[in-house]
Formats: sequence, C-alpha cells, structure tokens
Amino acid sequence: MKFRILAYLFFFVGTADLFIKIFYGNIFSDLTEDYYEIANPILVFTPVLFFSIGGIFLKESKVSLTLENFGTSRIKYYSPQFICLSVVVLIFLFFTFNAQMNMENRGIDFGFGFLTQEASFDMQFSLMDYDGQDPYWWAYVVALLNTLLVAVLGIIFCTIIGVIVGIARLSPNFLIRNSAAWYVEFFRNIPLLLQIFFWYYAALRALPLPQDASPLFGVTYLTIKGYYMPAFIWNNLNIFLYSILAAIISIIFIRYYANKLRDNEGKQIPVFYISLIILFILPALTFLAGGVSLNFEIPVLKQLSATSFIYDGGIAVPPELIALTLALSLYTATFVAECVRAGIQGISKGQKEAAASLGLTPNQVLKLVIMPQALRIIIPPTTNQYLNLTKNSSLAAAIAYPDLVLVFAGTALMQTGRAIEIVSITMLTYLSISLAIAALMNWYNKLIEIKEK
Amino acid sequence: MSKFTFLKSDRSNIQLVLITGTFLITISILDVFLNSFFKLNLISFLPSKVSFLTPFIIGMIGLNLIRIEYSGNKFLDVLNKNINTSNFNAALTLLIIFIIFKAIPPSLSWMILDANISGDTKEACTGTGACWTYIKVWFRRFMYGMYPNEQHWRINTAFLLVIGLGTFGLFATEKMKKFLALYYVVIYPIIAFLIIYYLISGGYFGLEWIETGAWGGLSLTFIVSFFCLIFCFPLGMILALGRRSNLPAVRYVSIGYIEFWRGVPLITVLFMSSVMFPMFLPEDFFMDKLVRVIIAITLFEGAYCAEVIRGGLQSLPRGQYDAAKSLGMGYWKMHIFVILPQALKLVIPGICNTFLALVKDTPLIFVVGLAELAGMLALAKTNPKWLGFAMEGYIFAAIIFWIICYAMSKYSYNLEEKYKTDR
Repeated sequence: MKFRILAYLFFFVGTADLFIKIFYGNIFSDLTEDYYEIANPILVFTPVLFFSIGGIFLKESKVSLTLENFGTSRIKYYSPQFICLSVVVLIFLFFTFNAQMNMENRGIDFGFGFLTQEASFDMQFSLMDYDGQDPYWWAYVVALLNTLLVAVLGIIFCTIIGVIVGIARLSPNFLIRNSAAWYVEFFRNIPLLLQIFFWYYAALRALPLPQDASPLFGVTYLTIKGYYMPAFIWNNLNIFLYSILAAIISIIFIRYYANKLRDNEGKQIPVFYISLIILFILPALTFLAGGVSLNFEIPVLKQLSATSFIYDGGIAVPPELIALTLALSLYTATFVAECVRAGIQGISKGQKEAAASLGLTPNQVLKLVIMPQALRIIIPPTTNQYLNLTKNSSLAAAIAYPDLVLVFAGTALMQTGRAIEIVSITMLTYLSISLAIAALMNWYNKLIEIKEK
Repeated sequence: MSKFTFLKSDRSNIQLVLITGTFLITISILDVFLNSFFKLNLISFLPSKVSFLTPFIIGMIGLNLIRIEYSGNKFLDVLNKNINTSNFNAALTLLIIFIIFKAIPPSLSWMILDANISGDTKEACTGTGACWTYIKVWFRRFMYGMYPNEQHWRINTAFLLVIGLGTFGLFATEKMKKFLALYYVVIYPIIAFLIIYYLISGGYFGLEWIETGAWGGLSLTFIVSFFCLIFCFPLGMILALGRRSNLPAVRYVSIGYIEFWRGVPLITVLFMSSVMFPMFLPEDFFMDKLVRVIIAITLFEGAYCAEVIRGGLQSLPRGQYDAAKSLGMGYWKMHIFVILPQALKLVIPGICNTFLALVKDTPLIFVVGLAELAGMLALAKTNPKWLGFAMEGYIFAAIIFWIICYAMSKYSYNLEEKYKTDR
C-alpha cells in the first residue's frame, strides 16, 4: 500500500513537472545562474526520472511481501538499496558536473539546436534525396536508413545461408556435413572487422574496371566501382501494390477458412498452391487491365575522362555495401546455422515417429509437427543474432560506408564538436532498436510458449 | 523390362554393374582432376557446352549404378550410406568433389608454388603468387607495433611472466586451494598490471619509457583482451548477483546497466571512450587512451559476462539456496561458500565464449587510433614502398586469429563436455 501511494505521488510530481516545463519553462531558472547552469542537463530528464521511479514502485507494490524477503529487517532491506542508488546518483552528478565545467571552459553549450543547422557535407550513397544544404537531423535520418538497409540485407542473406548450412550440417552425406561444419568453423573464428577489410580491400579490389567488365546475367555488371544493375521503371506502381495487398488479404481469408474447414469437417484443401496462384494472378491481372507496365533502365558505359569510365543509369550498388553485406551475412550465417541445427536436433525422434504412425505424409510431418516445435527453439536465439548483426553493421564506419556511426558520430561530430549530444543520440538509437526487438521477442515468446495447465 | 536389366543390379550381374559404375566415376573424377591440375582435357572433342557437363553426367550415372543396398561389400555399403543415399545427395557429392579439385590448384599455386618469401624489398616478389616477403619484413611490426626493435624482449618477458604466474593454480597444493579464488580475482590482476606497467611501459629501473601510442600489433590484442577479461569477470559477478537480488533498487540498477551495454554496439562505446569520456572527468585529470579503451571494453563486456554468470546462478537448483539458508548462512556467506563455487564452475565454458568474442572484438580499437594487428595492417597497406599487398596481409591476420579463436573454442567445448559428465 505504501508503495502504491509513493508510486502515485511520483506520477503526480512527474506530470506536474512536465506541465510546468512545457507551459512555464524551467522553474529553477529563477535560481542562481551557477546552479541552473550545472543542473540544466539533469533537469531536462526529471519528468522521465519521476515516471520511471513511480513505475518501479507501482510494480513493487504488487509483489511487496514474498517469501524471499520475508523476515528481512527493514535496515537490511533498505540500506543496500539506498547506498546503491546514491552511488549511481553521485557518479551521474560527478560526470554531469565535470561535463558542465569542461564545456564552460571550452565555450560550448549543451543543446540539440544544432540539429536544424545546415549539415554541409555530402554522402556517398543514400536511399533518400540528400545534399549538403539539408540539416543535420535529415542527415541523421538518411544515415539511419543506410544502417537499416545493410541490416535488412544482411538479415535476409544470413537467414538463407544459415538455414541451408544448418540443415546441411545434419545431412547424411559425409562430404556435405563436413563442408558445412568447416564453413561454420572457418567464418566464425575470424574477427568480423578483418572479414570486412578482406572483402573490401582485397577481394573486391580484384574485380575488373568498368570498361573491362563483362556482363553478368546479360544486363548487370560487377566492377571495381560497384555492382550495376537495371532499374525498374513502373507505370501506375500504386495499383500494382494495391493488387499485392489485396492478394495477401484474400490469402489470409482463405487460410482462415481452410483452418476452419479442417477443424470442423476434417477436409484438407491445398492452401499453399491456391495462395501461390492468387499471388501471381492478381498482380498479373493489373498488367493486363490496370494499366501497369514495367520498363528496365539498363546501365550504359559512359566515359568521364580518358581513362575513367562509369556506368550510367540503373541502380549502382557501391562496393562498400557489397563488402559489408557479404561479410555480415557470411559471419552471422554461421551463428544462425548453429541455431537451426540446435533447433532441429532438439526435437525428439519420437515426435517424428508418432506423427508418421498417425498416417501423416513426410511433408505433413515436417510442416505440422517438426517445424512448429523446431521454430520455437530456433527463433529466440536467431533474433539475438539478428540484433548482433544490426549492432555489428556499425563496423561500416571502418570502410567508409555512410552509416549512422560514420556520418553522425564521425563527420557530424567532427564538424559540430558536440560530443555528448551526438554520441548519446547514436547510442540511444541503437539501444532503442535493440530494446524494441527484445520487447517484440518477449511478446512473441509469450505467444508461442507451450501453454501448460 | 528385361531390356533394362543391365542397369538394375541383382546377384547375377553385380560385378558387372560395380565395375561399370566405378569405371564411370573414376573417369569423371579423373577428367576434372587432369583438367584442373594439368590443364588436360580428355573430352575436348565434344562441343564446349557439352564437355562442361559431361563429367557430372558420367559421375551421376556411375554413382547411380553403384547404389546397391546390402551388396555384401563392406566398403561399398559405407560409401553408399555416407555419400550416395539418393540422387540429390550424389549430385551434391560430385559438386563438392569438383569444387575442391577446381579450387586447389589456383590457391596452391598462389599460396606456395608461385609465391615468394626471399629478399627484403618489394622487388624480390617476382612471382605471380603471394608475396610472403611482405609478411616477413613486416612481421615484427605486426607482432609488436611501433615498439622499438631492440626492446621487444621486454614484451616477451612480460608475457612469459604473466603466463607463468597464471599457471600457479595447476601446482597449488590442497592447502593453498582455498586461496586460489582470492589469488585469481585480486592478487593476480594487480601483479599482472604491475609487470606490464613496469616492464612494457618502462620508465623505472633504467628501462626506457615507451608511450602507449607505440604499442601495437598482436601483443596489444593480448594486453587489451587480458586486462578486459580479468576486470570484467568481477564486474560481471557483482552485476549478476545484483540482477538476481530481491532488493528492487539494486535489481533495477543492474538490469538497467546490463541492458544498456548489451544494447549498444562496441564501436559507439569506443567512440564514447575517446570523445565523451574526457568531458566527464575533471579537467586536470589525464587518462591514457589505452586505459580509457580498456575501461570502456571492460564496462561493455562486464554486461555480457553478467548474463553468462546469471545463467549459471539460475541453473543451480533452488535446494542449494534453501539448504544454505537453513544452515543459518547470511547472503554473503551463502554465495561465497555454496552458490558461487558451483555456479562459476558451470559457467567456465560460457566465460570462454565471452572471452572469444572479446578477442574477436579487439581489432575494433583501431577506430580510436590504436594500431592493433588490423590497424598495423591498414598502416602497412598504405606504405608507399609496399603498396598492393592487402590480400597477403589480411590472409596472414586471418590465419593467426583463426588459430587463436579455434583453439579457444575447442578448449571451451572440451570444458563443456568435461563438466557435463560431472553433474
């Protein structure tokens, strides 16, 4: 009860603090100048602090007296916590105080106003329109998108390679099993940074110059300056996308109906093939009737100067992106492969035999019995690996791929000199990505966990 | 049906089928072998597109023929069971054999046959293969960084001393064993630090002072990972206990700390140590770059260590806690004498893996300007006298790291097996 009252008290103070900050500015600004200067960075976060302390108390109020702390004296219960909190607060205050003093001496002030200033640097590669006149916050967004692009590409490829290698490690074939094992042992035990360097500085440098490149698959060119491939030029792209959306929705309905039919009447309908047909036919119809058409813009060799050539048109994938994606996916795939292997091995043989004795076909055994259980083991550690991949994508800075770390914590930091603000924004960005994925994972784990009575 | 009996094996024609199959497989593998090792083409009379696929098709037919169940031949049965269970498996087997045959000659000639190792300059590298002269000339730099050549004995001695002191645990008598934990957690780190400080850094006893900027190469990898390991272990232990504590404030502070460091990439932590950390310290307080990096990596790895140790703590049955409590032990007595000895034994493999990750992460310190092995490679690569040998350098570094990490992962695996049987 006491905890609950304390919690509501903290919530109230936090809300009041927030309101005062929004409508009346900082209440402490009337105090002496020195104190305000020192305390300002902390005061920005006080509502958050109040709310989180309130949240902790509210949670504690629900589990206040358990067997664990039964019989512990109050002093033993409260004094270690008090000491712990005071040490944390003291360290925090010490750092803030020093930072304030140092910044004052160097004539820099704390604030996020620089985000709206003109960035005035260029980026080698970006997904969105960006040039030097754009503000820093836009550079941040563009760099973040570049990071996410590498992460998504890496996740896709590492899943494909990892699943194949993981299954190959359980193959009855001696050669396949061992080559998969050696792949894992080889790529797992070499530092990722060295692998990125190897691909970027050694392997990709051995590619031909644009003028000497021979076409790959007819229309794409793999050169030392990057990978050039045709761009799609769509007419009425939105109709096409709507048709895909409609196809997905109808597939969901069909699956729902098929499940119901199976549960109620025991009938099986080939859902997979029906879905596949719908997914092809609906978008194909838009080409015929909806006015959708697709053209290719094929890259063409262009001479810049006597010895310098480049491909014009189409999509150019820079070598940094290729090296990074290759290294990240090959490295992370080894870990994914181990997760997949552990997942499949974790299913007992009895499950398979029981399913077979019920008269299920091998395909049905895999789909209805093995996979749902194996996925339960595979997905949590694999998500962890995806998270690692996303964090490791920050190594992009080492080969000058314009990701969040290089652009924001590198160039922008150099230009503005605002170390604290920029490094904390960068860290908080990665932290929130991690925490968001972790929260999603916890939710998913709760969803698929075996419900026992 | 009778027409095709020569393809179906039975008791009567088993010898014939076997001989035909073996002959076809031999032909197919021999063709690829000669083609890639001696540039001979046995079937050059065929058009190029057909001749490309011929060995594969011949091999497939051969493998199909020798796929005889319970043939009575032991060797054949083993072969069939392992590489030839179905057509799909047979195809993959052939592909792997062909790829190995195709890949060996170029890599062999690049790495050994056409490579150079003699001489001291770039001009000595005349072959088309790798230039190991480059590695030979730069070897000391890769190992010791910019540390002066005539002082390298200091690094070697220091490492030998530290390793020697670390093996004390193996010779400890029964009586000494209870002090081992104290020795490894408190005394050993201090002694190791003093040895490295006085011997490698110098400045005392007539030894020349060498600033940390000159340290580098593989020895720096060892120094950084060694210190981070011995410091992050106690930190991780405290955090793991904190996270399992039933005092909410202690628990939430530990959770916050662990989740924060686990959520950010190491590279941003290093950035923080180099640009943000000096701002957080008093102005006249100078801290060496290497020390800052070691602190940053320790704080970072401490969180991972804590999670590993927490796993060990959680895997102990609850009865251990209850038994200790019922003997009237307090929190610290219970943990020091009952819980931690058992839990730490369980987490040794996990700690080994954390250490492995730590060693693999150390090349990252090059982003703050410390020239560790990867940093020295980047330096050597841009040296105007030795341009164009990036490949050799990275392969050399990869081999060294691979040996270290593979040995460690095998060691941790062995430990895991050993302790599995214990319980």
